[in-house]
Amino acid sequence: MSGEEFVPLSLTPLLIGTFAAIACALPGNFLVLRKQALIGDAISHVVLPGIVVAFILTGAISTWPMMLGAAGAAVVAVVMIEAIRRLGQIEPGAAMGVVFTTMFAAGVLLLEQTDTSTVHLDVEHALYGNLESLIWLDAVGWSSLLDLTALAGLPPELPRIAATLLGVTLFIWLFWRPLKISTFDEGFARTIGIRTGSLGFALVIVAAIAAVAAFDAVGSIIVIAMFICPPAAARMMTNRLETQIGWSVVFAVVSAVLGYVLAGYGPLWLGGADAVSAAGMIATVSGLILACAALWGPCKTRAGTPKVS
Amino acid sequence: MFWDALTLQLGYNASLVAIGAALLGVSAGVTGTFLFLRKRALVSDAISHATLPGVCLAFMLLVAFGGDGRNLLGLLAGSALSAWVGLLCMNWLTHHTRLAEDAAIGAVLSVFFGFGIVLLTVIQTMGVGRQAGLEGFLLGSTAGMLWADALVIALGGAATLVLVMILRRPMTMVAFDPEYAAARGLPVHRIDLAMMGLVMAVTVVGLKIVGLILIVALLIIPAVTARFWTERSDRVVLLAGIAGGVSGYVGAALSASAPNLPTGPIIVLVSFALFALSLLLAPVRGVLAAVLRHLRFQRRVHIRQGLLALAQGQKIYEPLTLRLLKRAGLARADGVATEAGKARAAKALRDEKRWEIVRADQAHEATAALYHGLRDIETVLTRDQIAEIDRQIGGPQGVMA
Repeated sequence: MSGEEFVPLSLTPLLIGTFAAIACALPGNFLVLRKQALIGDAISHVVLPGIVVAFILTGAISTWPMMLGAAGAAVVAVVMIEAIRRLGQIEPGAAMGVVFTTMFAAGVLLLEQTDTSTVHLDVEHALYGNLESLIWLDAVGWSSLLDLTALAGLPPELPRIAATLLGVTLFIWLFWRPLKISTFDEGFARTIGIRTGSLGFALVIVAAIAAVAAFDAVGSIIVIAMFICPPAAARMMTNRLETQIGWSVVFAVVSAVLGYVLAGYGPLWLGGADAVSAAGMIATVSGLILACAALWGPCKTRAGTPKVS
Repeated sequence: MFWDALTLQLGYNASLVAIGAALLGVSAGVTGTFLFLRKRALVSDAISHATLPGVCLAFMLLVAFGGDGRNLLGLLAGSALSAWVGLLCMNWLTHHTRLAEDAAIGAVLSVFFGFGIVLLTVIQTMGVGRQAGLEGFLLGSTAGMLWADALVIALGGAATLVLVMILRRPMTMVAFDPEYAAARGLPVHRIDLAMMGLVMAVTVVGLKIVGLILIVALLIIPAVTARFWTERSDRVVLLAGIAGGVSGYVGAALSASAPNLPTGPIIVLVSFALFALSLLLAPVRGVLAAVLRHLRFQRRVHIRQGLLALAQGQKIYEPLTLRLLKRAGLARADGVATEAGKARAAKALRDEKRWEIVRADQAHEATAALYHGLRDIETVLTRDQIAEIDRQIGGPQGVMA
């Protein structure tokens, strides 16, 4: 495939998908180890009402109000889950289930009640995103990467998700030691003076930011898959956190690239005419990677458990 | 309009949906309770999302064999099959790898759902048309519900209920104490699988009405709601069934009474309203009850401390204490004790002295543990014991001149 075709049509979706995958997989490593993996699931459900409310308030599909609405909804959800858990003495899983299903239902109801027929805002879009449509029309080939006027026409999702990825990486790099210690031994972390409560909250917030930014570009299904599948697969490969994060990034990139390529060209190879959903395919590929890691990964069982024959 | 809907006066389709939703709510509430008591509420999330690829595959198969792709029974069979596969994957991941259950839930949920979406887009490009009905499974669509569909839902719901009734004792035991259940010789693993199978059945039955994303709410919220009202598991099951049934019925009626009110979300919001009411108003575990309990406790502490201060002739500075004493008729506004107040104060001081003796005496060790500064000593010791303690304290002693 030549540059004239590849750069405008496939380069930007590929990059956006890859960045989104890495931005979700990085905090996902810690969430999986802390047994909070379903936070990604909850966040990706609750952003729907936030986005709809932002749309109702501004009356237009513009990015910043929607991002703010989504982030606001995520914070509301976290607060509600904590409140229900403490006030009602309910186990966290059930409290989470109560909150995110209710907020999602409220979002669907609001969406049905407002007239969104003129704009592109519906539940399906929120679920499986719109990766294929993020094309770079101004590009004519590889040379456009050096052409400032063409670069100005990049889909705005690309710089946004790149900045998010940078922010997530920075957070993990800056707080590496406290994060690592508090993830594995919270009691010890507290004795050496790490504020585990606020650190855990910060991690959830960073995950929420990554989820909202990725959600905007690629839909919620990739967000959930990337929070969990690459870190979980990486967990089967190694016992060291550093190596695990390395593996998870590799898996995230492989799922994004392979998923996008399979979705775009797979049907053509099989004789079909149209592409299938890239978001769904990326999630599927990440699941296949997890399945392979779970079957043949070198460190797949818990340390110290007897071998199941 | 709403009243018409509640009394099934709003036409054939609306009545069908309301009855179906109520039945679904009952069976979802009852089944979800065991899931909630087992602390695995979110497993339902994985199961429900895992139905999507099955629905799509069933549709493709039905079309390939020349049938109508929208045959509800066929679609439900397909969804049950793929949900079962998802369930087995999740179980395998938690039992045979180092992944915790939440990671396994998330992995199954996202991967199956993603694959389902791939299949959905494949169906869209197949060009057979009428795939719009499939997207209805995401959020439920009751508009075109047929008598046959309602019959499938009713029969499925009833069968689930019967199975729950048969399995309720072993499931309760496994939910509360899996080790004990294993020691009694119950096949814990298989009972867990049966529980999940029931959840799967409810999910599949509910696909048509509330859709696969929101069925989770019907499985979790009624159980949590019922838990506020009672501490007995059989009553939780009963109440959860009632809560689920009421939200299904009222939600369906509400959605029929005005345009643009989708059934699934309305049912979920009604059940959340029931939950919020229970959270606030439930007698023991509710927020209001807790606040009242706290206020009553605060009052008792203030009165007690005020009485002790009066007895020892100290001035009361705390305005709340003074106000409470005044309202009880134990003190006047200037902080001087009334006759009744003097008597109560003397009694309080004497009780404090009695407790002091009790707590110093090894023989009363168990009683001393009950001391928290507010308990009346008569409620824990017999009259004879108190008399014995009083003898140790002795009577009033003369004041030296």
